Amino acid sequence: MSLLEIENLSVHYGGIEALKNISFTVNAGEIVTLIGANGAGKSTTLKSISGLVSASGGTIKHNGEIISGLDTQQIVERGIVLVPEGRKVFSNLSVLENLKIGAYLRHDHAGVAADIERMYDLFPRLKERHWQMAGTLSGGEQQMLAVGRALMAKPQILMMDEPSLGLAPLIVRDIFSIIRKINEQGTTVLLIEQNANAALKVADRGYVLVTGEVMMSGAGHDLLTDKSVQDAYLGTSAH
Amino acid sequence: MLRSMTKKSTTLLNLTAVVVLVTLLYLLEINKNSFGMAVSILQKSVILSIVAVSMNLLNGFTGLFSLGQAGFMAIGAYITAIFSISSDTIDSVYYTSGLAPWLMSFKLGLDVFPSAIRILFGLLLGGVVAGLFAALIGIPVLRLKSDYLAIATLGFSEIIRAILSSPQMDQITNGSYGLKNIPGFAIESDFLPVGTGSLLVPFAIAALCITFMVMLIKSSYGRAFMAIREDGVAAEAMGINLLKHKELSFIVSSFMTAIAGGLLAMFMRSIDARTFQISMTYDILLIVVIGGLGSITGSILSAFLVTASKEWWLRFFDQPLITGGITIPLFRTGFRMVVFSVLLMVVVLFFRRGLMGNREFSWSALLSWPKRMPKAKKGANKRG
Ligand SMILES: Nc1ncnc2c1ncn2[C@@H]1O[C@H](COP(=O)(O)OP(=O)(O)O)[C@@H](O)[C@H]1O
Ligand SMILES: [Mg+2]
Repeated sequence: MSLLEIENLSVHYGGIEALKNISFTVNAGEIVTLIGANGAGKSTTLKSISGLVSASGGTIKHNGEIISGLDTQQIVERGIVLVPEGRKVFSNLSVLENLKIGAYLRHDHAGVAADIERMYDLFPRLKERHWQMAGTLSGGEQQMLAVGRALMAKPQILMMDEPSLGLAPLIVRDIFSIIRKINEQGTTVLLIEQNANAALKVADRGYVLVTGEVMMSGAGHDLLTDKSVQDAYLGTSAH
Repeated sequence: MLRSMTKKSTTLLNLTAVVVLVTLLYLLEINKNSFGMAVSILQKSVILSIVAVSMNLLNGFTGLFSLGQAGFMAIGAYITAIFSISSDTIDSVYYTSGLAPWLMSFKLGLDVFPSAIRILFGLLLGGVVAGLFAALIGIPVLRLKSDYLAIATLGFSEIIRAILSSPQMDQITNGSYGLKNIPGFAIESDFLPVGTGSLLVPFAIAALCITFMVMLIKSSYGRAFMAIREDGVAAEAMGINLLKHKELSFIVSSFMTAIAGGLLAMFMRSIDARTFQISMTYDILLIVVIGGLGSITGSILSAFLVTASKEWWLRFFDQPLITGGITIPLFRTGFRMVVFSVLLMVVVLFFRRGLMGNREFSWSALLSWPKRMPKAKKGANKRG
């Protein structure tokens, strides 16, 4: 049994079918990536796992139990937490307040305090700037904060929606090394990216999403070297 | 080392301020005859500061825009009035159709309690009824974009006013005649000087209400409110139930607004539905904007400044001004409001974020203000 099993998931926005019967699995301890062009349905997939959009068909199982239909609060309580697309930090609140909101559903005050220190270890920049309004941070720092905020919920599965979007290459490298570190510390990661190259390098397995359907899947390394994936997403083809 | 002021010295300053304030208020209220204007302005200011803070809780902290203040105040005012008017004089108040028998027997039943308890009961019941209305409006409307709340509450406020003054309500609200003989704040006792309580009672109730709201804002609920204000999607992704928190904020805000409405009825001694027109909501909105969205102390400060300048400092603009035999034009009744509007525009243009922005008052900031402006700002910025 996989940690997360998505079976024949469909999502409609009005008349538009954004996801057409997609199926994939995430095993405990893995980094799994969904790659695909803009509009392929990557964000929709994560939002429906989070309960932010409701599915029109199919099931989502966590530890074998169906979680589709639960609301976001219950899904976060189960340990499935999303870092939304575009970071969405709380701009007019301090870094520290942002982190505290991440722990909103937790009631273990001592644990929360310890985790704030853990975030400061993981992201030293956030410690230096803990009193600063989140909106005044740089793009990379905001992404770190968005990840830190989600980690404050103590996720079993961390889902990240294009964490590298709009960041300078050097920062992107930092972000991916942090993703690896988080994974090594025991958190399962479901990562979606347009930056397929970086995502496939860090991922154990990957799925290629094309207009709402899973077209291909395999180990990260295999997809990275696959000719058709290279042509379509890695920009390494000759034309 | 002003900025690193110890907790102890802050507590000491707070305590001193409270003692000084209570003494001043007491001296003013027992000398009401000489300071009538000041007393009535302070009463009105402190009542409006409750409404301003409630509006700020909703608008400044939760990012929801309600324009129902006048309506919720009307609910509180009428319910408080009905339960606080003495049963002996009730017939002279409802002189046309009389008070509904069921309400009268309920009132008579309450007469076993002292009048303070009956008034408190009226205030709380007003708050609860307003909170129920808020909950009912909120369920459909708070799911929608926040603009809809403004429209719905504006409509609600007008409907309440129409209902209160309708002939069908004659036996409850006295229809368009309104209610009079509402008792004031002063405590009637042979042992206390005349006027005792005129200020201390409304100030104490306001302190309770505002402290409650501040504690709510500082709790994890408050953090959730601010998260919703900042970004609803991100807040929801963190497991914050949007509807539940918006409802909570709206209900608490409406409850407190109704309490203030009840106090306003006691301040005015007689009310009718016209008291609670949209312009009242507009006045509160001005207070909140001038004080700074997201600053509780800003709202309180602004309630006092705006009320005092409207009712007092700008009064002389309304009197004809004659210097050297020449009558200066413009100085006539109503000019005060023109000056007030201009002042308002200046504030909106040059202090766009209000007097306080989203900062809060702190002693260390105040004491280091003349010397070290920027640092004082930073000190005041640290919230929560
Ligand atoms: N809120 C929405 N309303 C209507 N259509 C949407 C909405 N969100 C996404 N879509 C559509 O669903 C499809 C998938 O979008 P999305 O999941 O955001 O893709 P990706 O994240 O892969 O770029 C796109 O065609 C997009 O236009
Ligand atoms: Mg997307």
